[in-house]
Amino acid sequence: MSKPKPKIKKEAVVMPKQDPKERGGNFDEVALGYTEEQVVAEAERCLECVKAPCVEGCPVEVDIPALIQLIRERKFDEAIRKVKEKNSLPAICGRVCPQETQCQASCTMGKVGDPISVGRLERFVADWERKRGYEVPQQSASTGKRVAIVGAGPAGLTAAADLAKLGHEAVIFEALHKPGGVLIYGIPEFRLPKKIVEAEAEYIEKLGVTIKVNAMIGKLYTINELLEQFDAVFIGSGAGLPRFMRIPGENLCGVYSANEFLIRVNLMKAYDFPRAATPVFVGEKVAVIGGGNTAMDSARCALRLGAKEVKIVYRRSRQEMPVRAEEVENAEEEGIALEFLTNPTKFIGNDRGWVKAMECIKMRLGEPDASGRRRPIPIEGSEFTRDVDTVIMAIGRTPNPIIQQTTKGLEVTKWGTIVVDENGKTSIEGVYAGGDIVTGQATVISAMGAGKKAAKAIHQHLTKKK
Amino acid sequence: MYKIVTRRELVPHINLFEFSAKEIAAKTKPGQFVILRIDEDGERIPLTVASVDVGKGTITVVCHEVGKSTKQLGNLKQGDCILDLLGPLGKPAEIGKLGTVLCVGGGVMVAPLHFQVRAFHEAGNKVIGIIGAKSESQLIFEDEMREVCDDLYVATDDGTRGYKGLDFLKELLKERKIDRVVVMGPVVTMKTVSELTRPHGIPTIVNLIPIMVDGMGMCGACRVTVGGKTMFACVDGPDFDGHQVDFEELMARMKMFTPQEKLAFVFQEEGGRRL
Repeated sequence: MSKPKPKIKKEAVVMPKQDPKERGGNFDEVALGYTEEQVVAEAERCLECVKAPCVEGCPVEVDIPALIQLIRERKFDEAIRKVKEKNSLPAICGRVCPQETQCQASCTMGKVGDPISVGRLERFVADWERKRGYEVPQQSASTGKRVAIVGAGPAGLTAAADLAKLGHEAVIFEALHKPGGVLIYGIPEFRLPKKIVEAEAEYIEKLGVTIKVNAMIGKLYTINELLEQFDAVFIGSGAGLPRFMRIPGENLCGVYSANEFLIRVNLMKAYDFPRAATPVFVGEKVAVIGGGNTAMDSARCALRLGAKEVKIVYRRSRQEMPVRAEEVENAEEEGIALEFLTNPTKFIGNDRGWVKAMECIKMRLGEPDASGRRRPIPIEGSEFTRDVDTVIMAIGRTPNPIIQQTTKGLEVTKWGTIVVDENGKTSIEGVYAGGDIVTGQATVISAMGAGKKAAKAIHQHLTKKK
Repeated sequence: MYKIVTRRELVPHINLFEFSAKEIAAKTKPGQFVILRIDEDGERIPLTVASVDVGKGTITVVCHEVGKSTKQLGNLKQGDCILDLLGPLGKPAEIGKLGTVLCVGGGVMVAPLHFQVRAFHEAGNKVIGIIGAKSESQLIFEDEMREVCDDLYVATDDGTRGYKGLDFLKELLKERKIDRVVVMGPVVTMKTVSELTRPHGIPTIVNLIPIMVDGMGMCGACRVTVGGKTMFACVDGPDFDGHQVDFEELMARMKMFTPQEKLAFVFQEEGGRRL
């Protein structure tokens, strides 16, 4: 007699969250993570399909079926080890990856119900390991080769971890005073607690990686100078330059770039002002311009800092928002309003140079543009004015230019990104690059994927070299 | 950690700090700045470098106690350490053989100006120096400036020493043939001097350190309008053409956090208790 087939559970196990009303007043993490029972129940929903499209959807190719199997067997030790074979930052990825467009996008279970919540499973095992204490894998014998890594963001941390595991000495040069890059300056505490970024960076150090903060490459040392001391260089300097709209009034007081606002709040802990010395000003009526994760993050920070009304103003419609689905849901639950098909045309100041209003124009959608999304077109004569006292420009970031300006022989595109081949190799022998500095602003996990690929290529380069 | 190897009070509330920072010292040129952070809760404080000693591996800055963080820095002693020091930042000043260079320094910025003056002097220029302060008791670096200037004028806002205000500059600009003017000081001084040199068409360079956070082009807090274009003082500057800078906008932006700065100062004075 065959075993009765268990009934398929179509709905994903819900992850507990802080109550929306309560969390609007604090910077504590919103998503609370699965319990042991919940994580096993979610893993049990997996259909164990042979094709496993989830793995293909993961830029670092985590063995997701094995992870799920080990969780089902409650072998969490082995589960985290399995994840870390491919991903050195699982507690971060479990929280900030856009799983719905990656591992969960083509999940077979997703065709009949909710896809398996791979991100939440990954988060659980990573948090489980952090609570228990990190296990440091056995190192390969030292190769005697030294690699300089520029930038301690997702790409640099990943490349350094992989190189260290292969026995190379990796030294990361980070310009800010803390490692993490966008994970520490950009993504807010309530979405990615800083202690998690710190813990994952410490884990990378335990692998034997040296992280040198306050070291800005291009100023303190050039890439050409690093090549005199190191056998190879990886550039993961990111896209950290804020974009502005170049419309009148953008330099009024009260108008921030999302970068400035988030750096103040996250890296400098302005939510804890005046105990933390860096201030931030948030008025009553806040407009956040843009429709991506940075816009959501800025809006939710503004709300937590006491704004009465926070509105996200986006020039396209909901469908085109380049954002992690869970974060829009969270933002709306917290009371943040979304205004679509609207674009500011100018900011109006008072006599002290502070923004007091903004003029906007309504938009309609035309044909798809280069990004594949429908192009927004202004509707003539639809201008209107609205009172605001704080504006946050979250319309994107461009590559940091200092390395490109100071490195002799480095090929760059007209957009300022570094040109690389399929293995991350630049126009200079021994110099590799990856992450946002190559692709322009993208995701944490794609930067990690690029860091991994470059590490592999650097390893080949170093081991074949006589 | 970066050790304070020398701390000297120049005049009340203006202190000189020499930090041990070998790598930074080897790379810093006149006109560039550093960002320091005292401790884990500290803000990032930009300070223009006043001198470097490459052999000793140190950099020197001079800081005026004007708020919470600068006062906290002022309370540190020789041998103490600060948590973070980043630099050099910004583009170096353009130093060349230009002929006669008029260098105007106000307040605490006389110290970093001296770094440039020495470079102009060594490059074979004739240097006319002007140093100023609110009052005689707040004048700094007079002897150091005298050493490297061909002529040195002193001015104070209240007239307690030298000329009262900068009006005398009008005559000076008429009498002397000046090829380049460099101004480092309060925004109002840079604006005044730029307005005085404009009719003479003398290239006038101002060194701008607006409010900034990261100092490496990421936050855009330090944006200034120069010739109608938005520039970031930290990476595009800090030196700009004084005849092109929108000083009104800059002055408004410098006051953006004044209420918070006052609150932080009171918080510090109250011994860090919750307000």
